[in-house]
Amino acid sequence: MSYDAHFRVWRGDSEKGELVDYPVEVNEGEVVLDIIHRLQQTEAGDLAVRWNCKAGKCGSCSMEINGKPRLACMTRMSTFTETETITVTPLRTFPVIRDLVTDVSFNYTKAREVPSFAPPPDLEPGEYRMQQVDVERSQEFRKCIECYLCQNTCHVVRDHEENKENFAGPRYLMRIAELDMHPLDVADRKQEAQEEHGLGYCNITKCCTEVCPEHIKITDNALIPLKERVVDRKYDPLVWLGSKIFKRSGA
Amino acid sequence: MNAVTTSEQATTSNGPTENIERHEYDVIVIGAGGAGLRAAIEARMQGKRTAIISKSLFGKAHTVMAEGGCAASMGNVNPNDNWMVHYRDTMRGGKFLNNWRMAELHAKEAPDRVWELETYGALFDRTKDGKISQRNFGGHTYPRLAHVGDRTGLEMIRTLQQKVVSLQQEDYRETGDYEANIRVFHETTITELFKADGKIAGCFGYYRSTGKFVRFDAPAIVLATGGVGKSYQVTSNSWEYTGDGHALALRAGATLINMEFLQFHPTGMVWPPSVKGILVTESVRGDGGVLRNSEGERFMFNYVPDVFKDQYATTEEEGDRWYTDADNNRRPPELLPRDEVARAINSEVKAGRGSPHGGVFLDIASRLSPEEIQKRLPSMYHQFKELADVDITKEPMEVGPTCHYVMGGVEVEPDTTMSTVPGLFAAGEVAGGMHGSNRLGGNSLSDLLVFGRRAGMGAAEYVDGLAGVRPAVRIDDVAAAEQRALLPFSSATEGGENPFVVQLELQKTMNDLVGIIRKADEMEMALKKLEDIATRTRTVSVVGHREFNPGWHLALDLRNMLLVSLCVAKAALERQESRGGHTRDDYPAMDSDWRHVLLVLSALGEDNVELVRKEQVAMRPELLDLFELDELKKYYTGEELGGHRAGSAADSGVENA
Repeated sequence: MSYDAHFRVWRGDSEKGELVDYPVEVNEGEVVLDIIHRLQQTEAGDLAVRWNCKAGKCGSCSMEINGKPRLACMTRMSTFTETETITVTPLRTFPVIRDLVTDVSFNYTKAREVPSFAPPPDLEPGEYRMQQVDVERSQEFRKCIECYLCQNTCHVVRDHEENKENFAGPRYLMRIAELDMHPLDVADRKQEAQEEHGLGYCNITKCCTEVCPEHIKITDNALIPLKERVVDRKYDPLVWLGSKIFKRSGA
Repeated sequence: MNAVTTSEQATTSNGPTENIERHEYDVIVIGAGGAGLRAAIEARMQGKRTAIISKSLFGKAHTVMAEGGCAASMGNVNPNDNWMVHYRDTMRGGKFLNNWRMAELHAKEAPDRVWELETYGALFDRTKDGKISQRNFGGHTYPRLAHVGDRTGLEMIRTLQQKVVSLQQEDYRETGDYEANIRVFHETTITELFKADGKIAGCFGYYRSTGKFVRFDAPAIVLATGGVGKSYQVTSNSWEYTGDGHALALRAGATLINMEFLQFHPTGMVWPPSVKGILVTESVRGDGGVLRNSEGERFMFNYVPDVFKDQYATTEEEGDRWYTDADNNRRPPELLPRDEVARAINSEVKAGRGSPHGGVFLDIASRLSPEEIQKRLPSMYHQFKELADVDITKEPMEVGPTCHYVMGGVEVEPDTTMSTVPGLFAAGEVAGGMHGSNRLGGNSLSDLLVFGRRAGMGAAEYVDGLAGVRPAVRIDDVAAAEQRALLPFSSATEGGENPFVVQLELQKTMNDLVGIIRKADEMEMALKKLEDIATRTRTVSVVGHREFNPGWHLALDLRNMLLVSLCVAKAALERQESRGGHTRDDYPAMDSDWRHVLLVLSALGEDNVELVRKEQVAMRPELLDLFELDELKKYYTGEELGGHRAGSAADSGVENA
């Protein structure tokens, strides 16, 4: 059942690099990460790659396989033909550290800019009551394993370094949506999503949803509803008129 | 503002040869899993400047692999639950070898720790009345595990991660610096602890991305590094689980206990080979999944041990009724503690009744509707679909035992989690005692929270107690640590071995000779082989540069793996009985004379260990009285039970009903 596959792996650092060809053994049931590990154990002991769980749960082994953002541990070799050349490159949106490892600190910076969960101030631990149907919306987004494939593929930042400053990316806009839909969160996050985190940059092309290994409907369930809420708040002329006529705010 | 950063000049002949980045903190937490993050949160909330050292990226810790849930007797699903029931279950699961004080603290404090997570933003699954839902699990009398589908560990890690971020945001508002009081050092590995005057003074390590060295000066260090599973070939553990904290503690002069007890999770994937060992959550059985052999028989009914006879169903009908009416039926034997189920699977496969790839069948497809399965076990559904091309809503899974958890670890003082070395603390899997000879599923996530918090408090109190007098790191210790870390590069010129080859040899040795069923002659052979591997570990060599070089990282991890493997093998050879996660083919019975004996290990140099026996402290009488005498008699020697309420009653002529 074994055969020799043709791998082309990007080797290099922040300065320079190139694709290196490796013929490498493949056995039944293996995934791309197994092949990378075989290279490490045989001819490329210093080949840099991130990985942890090898079961699609930690989101560490993100890379681009034949140009597609994927988790290497969840990409089965049986999805390629035996004669196909398999090209493995680092995530393009983030600076390379070495080989397949990139500097993903952009994501941690953005994570820190999203205001945290704000519980009702007088609610004691143990007193939280929420219905399953109400927590499920946010729970979908909390399935996120932070592999950053959506951040990597989003065209707002993929080829536009200049947008990184003002755009949190799908993962962290989804985080805002998650908190906004949390049944007990008391913060108002809509204005901020638009003004501080760049929600307006997103033009719902759904690239993020397509690459999500957790199959989270990022665009449909997080980003579009968040956009709708922002629009309600900011531009709805009826709300504005109502607040003027009845002299109350935010009806 | 930021962490104190100065350079150490290489001026003295015995100093380090390069400039080493230096940071000062009050508390250093090594490990960024559940226990580490909870410890760091606590230390920071106690006003201590705290650093978190993470071997991987922040948020990738092994805790994300925990699927089933977090055990806490909140009584949301069955109001009969309380800490005493949880305590009893934990002690039974550990075959009464547990450190009873840790088990007591754990059972009492777990509910508060879970509720606290909700204030950090965690979203657990709910009951109909809006409380946290709780599920059944092996060894737990009542539905007790707070959970989120089958990704509870991910929810916990993310929640704690986000709590750390929220504390950083608080500090930012006050000081303009996110990292003023709590900072995460990503992808940083600690290779050495420093002491001065017998107390912790700091530690030394390297950044993975640059290969540059870093030194931390701190009077208190919390180890929260997880387990040792990577020393085995078939394991559910990731590359990080190389026993770093266990080995760091040993080399710093602390002691380990219970290292002979390893939990082989009964259900790991067995096919395809590349995913062999990956975990299949116990929730599959908690939610109705059953184990069958190649003849289609639910074989677990043949494996209920005497000590559990009264608590488990004897017919399939009764077992099945239990899922809907737990008060009037006994639970199915698929939900026995993990050690029992793992051994049973092992026996079935050995007897020739295994599945095609050397496991047994785990069937949920015939027990729940496809919709229910996808809803309750979404990540299992994806895992099998994507990795094995098996649709678990239509066909059974093939599963077998996989090395999952080490019950053994650093010997600590239960209330503060301090080891025998002043200033060195340990929490979570790296600490020993809490789970005795076998951990119940769900007790790990609660352990992380309860003892993570206690470690943070313990460390903070210890720092206060020093009253400003901090042990100073000695410069030649730094130089020695640097030299040791660079050894694999200098070995290269002398033609040392590839570390990956030596690692494979070590894993195979432990898997084959100190595995799930153990024999004296095999373990003696293992110890011989480990001696040889020790020599080779000292001279493994790596090629290339220091930036993100996995060969180099492994070369350094290897010496930790070797040291903990020696501990496991030595302790396993010493303990001449079978109990929990330690099964001896040549001593198949549990022996009450061994229950109260702890095997304590300490380091002898770089790659040898010494073992001594120690008496376990006797359980407090009111805790002992939580059990019926008849049950205790199965575990304790006669003279140990004199103080039991029934014993005293019997003395005065009153018979206990």
